[in-house]
Amino acid sequence: MPERIYLDNSATTPVASEVFDAMRPYFDSAYGNASSLHAFGREARRAVEESRAGIAEFLGVLPEEVVFTSGATEADNLAVLGTAYARDRRGGHVVSSAIEHHAVLHSVDWLASHGFEATLLDVDETGRIDPDQVRAALRKDTFLVSIMAGSNEIGTLEPIAEIGALCRERGIVFHTDAVQGFGKIDLPVESVDLLSASAHKLHGPKGVGFLFVRRKTRLSPLMLGGGHERGRRSGTENVPGIVGFAAATRLAATERDQVTTRLRAFRAKLLEGVAAIPGTRLNGHPTESLPHIANFSFAGIEGESLVMRLDEEGIATSTGSACSSPDLEPSHVLVAIGVPLSMAHGSLRISTGRQTTPTDIDRLLDVLPRVVKDLRDLSPFKVGE
Amino acid sequence: MYTEKVIEHFRHPHNMGRLAEYSAIGKVGNIVCGDVMWLYIRVGKDDRGRDVIADISWETFGCTAAIATSSMVSDLAKGKTLAEAIAITNQDVAQELGGLPPVKMHCSALAADALNEAIYTYLSEQGQEIPDALRRRHERIEKEVAALDKRYKAFLDRETRKAAPPETGESKCS
Repeated sequence: MPERIYLDNSATTPVASEVFDAMRPYFDSAYGNASSLHAFGREARRAVEESRAGIAEFLGVLPEEVVFTSGATEADNLAVLGTAYARDRRGGHVVSSAIEHHAVLHSVDWLASHGFEATLLDVDETGRIDPDQVRAALRKDTFLVSIMAGSNEIGTLEPIAEIGALCRERGIVFHTDAVQGFGKIDLPVESVDLLSASAHKLHGPKGVGFLFVRRKTRLSPLMLGGGHERGRRSGTENVPGIVGFAAATRLAATERDQVTTRLRAFRAKLLEGVAAIPGTRLNGHPTESLPHIANFSFAGIEGESLVMRLDEEGIATSTGSACSSPDLEPSHVLVAIGVPLSMAHGSLRISTGRQTTPTDIDRLLDVLPRVVKDLRDLSPFKVGE
Repeated sequence: MYTEKVIEHFRHPHNMGRLAEYSAIGKVGNIVCGDVMWLYIRVGKDDRGRDVIADISWETFGCTAAIATSSMVSDLAKGKTLAEAIAITNQDVAQELGGLPPVKMHCSALAADALNEAIYTYLSEQGQEIPDALRRRHERIEKEVAALDKRYKAFLDRETRKAAPPETGESKCS
């Protein structure tokens, strides 16, 4: 097998060596519980608070507005459910979109089946939400709007600043799932009340995320216990994870411009290369996109087969979001942007990272036409017949 | 997730493509589930004058398991008498592949059903007597097709913007 190529960085990324080095002492030498009084504890506490301050500074928020969680799923759950629980059974209305990550969608669904009401906004054929749609959906009792910053599946960016401004005027809490955007794009955090992020999408470790909670935003905790994170998230702090997240953020801060420029160029090349294969379409927006995600459909073939064939060639990709792979129904995101059913099953998500090289992209574009042709030869649906 | 045997058949599938001359097709699956299988059979006679599957091929739109089960069912049925081929079940297909992940078991059902439908079509067109077991399976498959069409319609209705009409209007589903 040739050298393996990893193009599934939206699923997860390799931990950068700088990040790993920063984390290492907090496993076996500075291993104290950050809540302990003794020197071991104080050492851990200092690491947690320095990390918090570093991330807050990068994001342009206050340290006490950063709540560490076990990851972005928990941060999304905390944002949606925590805001609803803080309403003391008053019920009310939530606005979100059809293309959110399931961590948001399933939380909104849960609310809708427990006395709240929800509106899921449609998106256009590129996955964009129009702020006017949000305006039209708002009601007197709307208390939360949750719209992602950039799609994990198709990469499309949403007009977060405009939506946030609408919500701010009306005193409605605005949450954005910024998992794929944090550290990669400028996030208009001043327009946002709640923002979720995850370390492992940014060359940090798995198992740690945060929710930015703007001061005075009412939020009930989901994790109850020792009152950690100012009572908003109980549970002993994941000290090495938090330190790793801060290190990954520092790394992103120093090399972001350069990495983003590179990833944008890769994306442009992918768009061009795939467009040259007959019977393909770009799912997402040609330009208003996260730099690292490109999603395509291939007529006549099914995505999993394509991923497996590429895997045989040593190239790791994905059919969409990794969590939905065993589903028989096509991706909710592709359905929402109106991809025909005949093409929605044939989707391929290619996502690059800071370690991706031009050679990786060339290899993929070299292999892809052949693999697509092989699978089309097996298919009853002939392209161009 | 997949056995070596599944991967091997996926990597080098047997009997793929469309037969130049065939006696009948079995079409199963639905684009909404992401699996569509068309199975072609050419029926001939063996030296004792019995109907046999002289040649077989398939075209499949589907996942790794769907392609591997298509390949395997074609291997299992090739050269068999129709009576023997009718007896091939989805468990046989899955077993020969060393098992399938639970979420992929429907692929083996699809493969066995495609074979069933091809033989059913052949016997019907020839005006030959249809064995009870074959008829029962055909009726079960038809019922599932109807249920799936309903789900398919519900799926289309749920879409806010209309997806293009499926290119597989005539396909069946397991």
